[in-house]
Amino acid sequence: MLLRNPRREVELDGPMSVRSVLATLDVNPESVIVIRSDDLLTNEMQVSDDDVIELRPVISGGSWESAT
Amino acid sequence: MKCRVCKGPAAVEIRRHNAAFCRDHFLGHLRSQVDRTIRKFDMIGRDDRVLVAVSGGKDSLALWDLLLDLGYAADGLYIGLGIGEYSGESQRLAEGFAKSREATFRVVDMMDTYGYDIPIGARAARRATCGTCGLSKRHVMNDVARRHGYDVLATGHNLDDEAATLFGNVLHWNVDALARQRPVLPGTDGFTKKVKPLIRLGEREMAAYCVLRGIDYIVEECPMVGGNTGLRYKEALNGIEQASPGTKHQFFFGFLDRGAGRFRLPHSDDGPADRPDDVTVDAREDVPDLRPCAECGAPTTAEVCAFCRLRGLATDPERVEVALAREGRNRRRRRRR
Repeated sequence: MLLRNPRREVELDGPMSVRSVLATLDVNPESVIVIRSDDLLTNEMQVSDDDVIELRPVISGGSWESAT
Repeated sequence: MKCRVCKGPAAVEIRRHNAAFCRDHFLGHLRSQVDRTIRKFDMIGRDDRVLVAVSGGKDSLALWDLLLDLGYAADGLYIGLGIGEYSGESQRLAEGFAKSREATFRVVDMMDTYGYDIPIGARAARRATCGTCGLSKRHVMNDVARRHGYDVLATGHNLDDEAATLFGNVLHWNVDALARQRPVLPGTDGFTKKVKPLIRLGEREMAAYCVLRGIDYIVEECPMVGGNTGLRYKEALNGIEQASPGTKHQFFFGFLDRGAGRFRLPHSDDGPADRPDDVTVDAREDVPDLRPCAECGAPTTAEVCAFCRLRGLATDPERVEVALAREGRNRRRRRRR
């Protein structure tokens, strides 16, 4: 499977669960959403060898820190 | 994994609620959470005119979408910060959303209106970029809200933002900031009421909301924030949340329920803090009275407000020249690498 995020692409052998994909890449599930085509994947879903999935970071920063 | 409501296939899991939802019930869940927050904290009246601060990111566009869906008269304000392609793309996306919802979209360009942009302005003023950006945005948001007669200013701060801010404020025992960290800052002379309707919702939920609603938002992080302290706090809290779902919610709402009352807002007319015992901290001690800024008229405790002082430095020709020269050198250095 091909994993994309805005910064890099990685190939892994499937099938495996989303949870395993994230663990393999040492990505905290709290910090991303996982998208296949236009669908969101939950952690228990299986990803096959042919799939292209996006791990989209959800953490945003900037000046929020001082915006209280 | 099944939807908690209809038992169909789930699209999104929310671990801190030990629940999962299909697309439609997830969207309904988020709407009801925002509606509940607005009512509980008395954020927005039915006849209020709301100005939503939109950056083109997931939180602010989702907030605007949710407020419109809940029937509020919500207009958007985009502030052009002059951060290269990032600003251009985020404005295009915010504008696209406004068109799709036929909503009123206001734009203030920092360079056109105030004579500086964030990257060069921060360098010229010799201040941190995120601090320069935050101070500038707070001033512009309030100014636009006041001039156009909005009742409420809404920002897209979510649970993760608030928990990380609280974490930082506690680590540094920033008493003034703890006193101001409220879901609602009431309107006072010169300040429009500010509200944060997304405080019950996490960042994953906001990103999932945008994907499921087909809202195109800027995914790339602002290029100026790399490695900032706030992001490190969020990562630390996510590590704890992964092991103990619900920690961020308990931390922040525990503070609102049991901690916030011990700190008083500067210049508020609150009576004594809720628990006047030995741990109560009065953030109002030694705070001078507010008066109009000599340059822009905004309320301030000083002769000239922090924004006008920043603007003076950020537009000083000699400082700008040095900042531009340094920026040029850095660009050339980056190209050589």
